[in-house]
Amino acid sequence: MTKNLRVKTTKLIDETYKISFKFNGTTYYGYKGDTLASALLANDIHLVGRSFKYHRPRGIMTAGSEEPNAIVQLHNNTSLTEPNVRATEIEIYEGLEASSQNCWPSVNFDIGGINNFLSPVLPAGFYYKTFMWPASFWEKYEYFIRKSAGLGKSPTKPDPDIYEHRYIHCDVLVVGAGISGIMAAKTAAKNGFKTLLVDEKSYLGGSTIYQNSENFKINNQTSNSWLEKEINEIKKFENLEIKIRTSVAAFHGYNFLLARENLTDHLPVEQRKNKTRHRLLKIRAKKVIMATGSLERPLIFDNNDRPGILLSSAIEKYANLFGVMCGEKNVLFTNNDSAYETAISLFKKGINIEAIIDNREEIDSKLIQETEKNNIKIYKGYTVVNTAGYKRINKISIMQLSKDGQKVLGSKISISCDCLGISGGWTPAVHLFTQSGGKLKFRDEDQVFIPDKYPSDQISIGSCNGDFTLNEILSNVPNSLRKFLNIKKTDYENLEVHSSFNKSKRNIWLLPSDKVIGKTKPFVDYQNDATAKDIKLALREGFRSIEHVKRYTTTGMGTDQGKLGNMHALGIISETAGSKMGELGTTTFRPPYTPLTFGTIVGRNVGEYFDIFRKTPMHDWHVQNKAEFENVGQWKRAWYYPQNGESMHDAVQRESKAARDSAGILDASTLGKIDIQGTDASEFLNRVYTNAWSKLSIGKCRYGLMLNEDGMVYDDGVTTRLGENHYIMTTTTGGAATVLGKLEDYLQTEWPELDVYLTSVTDHYATVSVCGPNSKKIVSQVIPDLDFSDENFPHMSFKNAKIGKIKCRVMRISFTGEHSYEINVQANYGKSVWEKCMEAGKEFNITPYGTETMHLLRAEKGFIIVGQDTDATMTPIDLQMDWIVSKKKYDFIGKRSLYRSDTIREDRKQLVGLLTENPDDVLEEGAQIVGDMNKSPVEMLGHVTSSYYSPNLRKSIALGVVKGGKNMMGQKLIIPMESKQINVTVADPVFLDKENKRLNA
Amino acid sequence: MFIINCPYCGEREQSEFKAGGEAHIVRPKQPTELSDDQWAEYLFMRKNIKGIQFERWVHTHGCRKWFNVVRDTSNDVIEAVYKMGEKPPTK
Ligand SMILES: [Zn+2]
Repeated sequence: MTKNLRVKTTKLIDETYKISFKFNGTTYYGYKGDTLASALLANDIHLVGRSFKYHRPRGIMTAGSEEPNAIVQLHNNTSLTEPNVRATEIEIYEGLEASSQNCWPSVNFDIGGINNFLSPVLPAGFYYKTFMWPASFWEKYEYFIRKSAGLGKSPTKPDPDIYEHRYIHCDVLVVGAGISGIMAAKTAAKNGFKTLLVDEKSYLGGSTIYQNSENFKINNQTSNSWLEKEINEIKKFENLEIKIRTSVAAFHGYNFLLARENLTDHLPVEQRKNKTRHRLLKIRAKKVIMATGSLERPLIFDNNDRPGILLSSAIEKYANLFGVMCGEKNVLFTNNDSAYETAISLFKKGINIEAIIDNREEIDSKLIQETEKNNIKIYKGYTVVNTAGYKRINKISIMQLSKDGQKVLGSKISISCDCLGISGGWTPAVHLFTQSGGKLKFRDEDQVFIPDKYPSDQISIGSCNGDFTLNEILSNVPNSLRKFLNIKKTDYENLEVHSSFNKSKRNIWLLPSDKVIGKTKPFVDYQNDATAKDIKLALREGFRSIEHVKRYTTTGMGTDQGKLGNMHALGIISETAGSKMGELGTTTFRPPYTPLTFGTIVGRNVGEYFDIFRKTPMHDWHVQNKAEFENVGQWKRAWYYPQNGESMHDAVQRESKAARDSAGILDASTLGKIDIQGTDASEFLNRVYTNAWSKLSIGKCRYGLMLNEDGMVYDDGVTTRLGENHYIMTTTTGGAATVLGKLEDYLQTEWPELDVYLTSVTDHYATVSVCGPNSKKIVSQVIPDLDFSDENFPHMSFKNAKIGKIKCRVMRISFTGEHSYEINVQANYGKSVWEKCMEAGKEFNITPYGTETMHLLRAEKGFIIVGQDTDATMTPIDLQMDWIVSKKKYDFIGKRSLYRSDTIREDRKQLVGLLTENPDDVLEEGAQIVGDMNKSPVEMLGHVTSSYYSPNLRKSIALGVVKGGKNMMGQKLIIPMESKQINVTVADPVFLDKENKRLNA
Repeated sequence: MFIINCPYCGEREQSEFKAGGEAHIVRPKQPTELSDDQWAEYLFMRKNIKGIQFERWVHTHGCRKWFNVVRDTSNDVIEAVYKMGEKPPTK
């Protein structure tokens, strides 16, 4: 064991509860309340990872979710593994195993570190420039990049955890439970608003909760003890829900927010069983109060990224909240008063401070006076120009700043240290505000962006609104709350506030150095290794837009979205380009604010719940009879029924043959069914189908084709006239919902005068389709009371009938070209009618067939499948279905488009049949069709849309679309495949029984 | 995700609705009388405004009624909602 870097006990840390954890294979100890970062620092470990591009050693830099460097992989090589976890956020638990990312073979010896020495050849845009040429090398480059770069490893095993989603509706949502958020939540709750308060931390109170200092007092109590009492009070409100470990990921329009509530990540692994890990909260708030606080800015100087360099506020937090000292020889480097707050905190805990370097020359405040009283050396008007120490900082060099802050003067002074705290002032955390569509304004005096225009009913209060001092918060927050919540008074009207903080600040975006910039590495984006030099290079190369500079240099594009350095990037761009800050705008912060695991996003929608699926009433029978299933829309449809280990091909050949030789049976329940009633029902059908409907007599069925207004085929199906004003329309399985929607649209918006009512009855009926030469014998056994003679019941007609007491609708229609009947019964009788048909068909070897056989049988007959043989570019004329387009009707949907100059072109792609030279060659669906292989470039004439080996014709058959195909009958074409060319002949798309003898047999 | 005030059901989440493009495009009563250009104007040409846009929406997972919405496409603020056949509001 090394040093003990624990100082005084704090409230957050339970020293009676020791926890062991592993980091890079070594076991360490920490206490309950520690984050992985605080526990590592207590063990004197700063080096936790390597940077993305140069593989430079990197250490813990912050104490919060803005951390760019200390990201680790948890539980590597197990199903629990998770990459890119911020060590500053994860709370340690017994059994935690973490390892460094982005280094190989180890964090202490990393081969990629050589990139650091190669850095002169790895400038901004390096990837774009180098790997673009030659293009054929990309595969090799990619392999190299993927191996040596990358942030962590994604899990390879299924996520064993449980996630869920929850909707929350509230009057007031308060985001952030620092001092401003606590005041807001209490005020809202006290005034009767249903309030939700969320904070990403494991405790309430933000940074004020450890601000234990005589320099910051409210009503004569230290600010932290005052706030503690407030926190105790808000816990009593029943209309206030408080959620800790809950971080808001996204703030969308209309006050819709997504937040991740972390429920088990802090628990020992064995206590997590059967518990929900994360909950995604979908919050709809009437009013939103953003109290998201602010982030301390780093300072940009040469080698500002070594392990041991932290934000000054992080050092203070580790000392005050976790009782951990980050170093034994601390130096602070600042341009404002915040570092003195840190200095005083450290001094009180007996932690050694070597010196403070302050950019400002003339400064005076109570905090500084107290610091000087404690004999801490302050270098005023100085800047750090360089640092040393490979895996841990061991020295800094400082120089005096010129009056204008652009140069350094005098001679270098060296100060040895093992920890450097930096403070560049504060940046309001406006990320969520801007996500919601809020517009920012730039405040010149302290160079910050603050909320300006709110797009919804929301406000920002406290330091995220630019009020950084205790006085400002306590005087402005109550005012804002009164106005926003429309209330007379708050509990915070006449507080006596004492704050020693002086707001003076000397803002220099890029600190000067004694070296030329080309020889320095002042990091702006730590995670993506973007330096000030890269940004200047981008500007030299002509980039001006902030969004372009961002992408070219990758500044702000890491998992932390550049929370620390984005402001500096903007500052450097505006200084270099000579434009005013604020006029450049900012880059866009996108959700999520901090990364979410996929598990959280999908919640319970995993495995069989990933997507809902629909089953027909006969589904169980198909399962029992070993059907393979196919997804059609949301339906599970029986695809084929393999017997005795048959292949799909063999099963389909057997089924197809049986259906034509004797009898087949198909579950057709999934076809869309729309019940159409009303005195204008016939007129309505006339308008939506291409053919005429007025003369269809009751009890007859007709096939119809539906177009879009652009003339392209949209859907097809058989519609039956059940009564004078009553039809039942069938649609394709996949098109059912959109067809209904389209028909409703026309009825409601274009033809509201029509008396027509539409009802979707797809789920109400089960449909059993029996086909083949013996189908009549089978159905007449099942429905003995019905006269099945051709005279009484010809093709394309319909009968009401009864099977016992069960009413059914029987249609004699066919999609296979065989003599065929469809029996429709109330859905819950579907399975029993199916079984009755199977029983009656036994002697005829009735064969259940699935969708694949159905497709094959209809292809033999040249029947199209909308969506397979058509896409949204095929008119009925292209399909050679002119016969179905009424010439007499004045209008129908899509009619006018059938004679636009484009749709009457002779050389449009048209549907044809294709026969292969060798009848055993089965074409691939989607294969390209070519006429002349010698033409350069080879012209693609079309493609194959349907292709099968027909067991009934004993040859390969195919449908395809070919440019001008209608007039190419008998012509030879070529299908070039990877290994050979297949010669085909254009043929009639009806391959079998063109005279329809089988239908009427 | 915005909230739409369905004129038949009241305020509901956007996910219950479907957008149907620009409003007040009337299907010509006599399409056959139109030239290709005139028909193309009806068939293809739609506005895509940054700002106030009149559009059709349908309450798919609700009452299934079509209605009109006046939406500012720059910030998704819905200025007005009115039934099919009703006159569009003037500022
Ligand atoms: Zn509705």
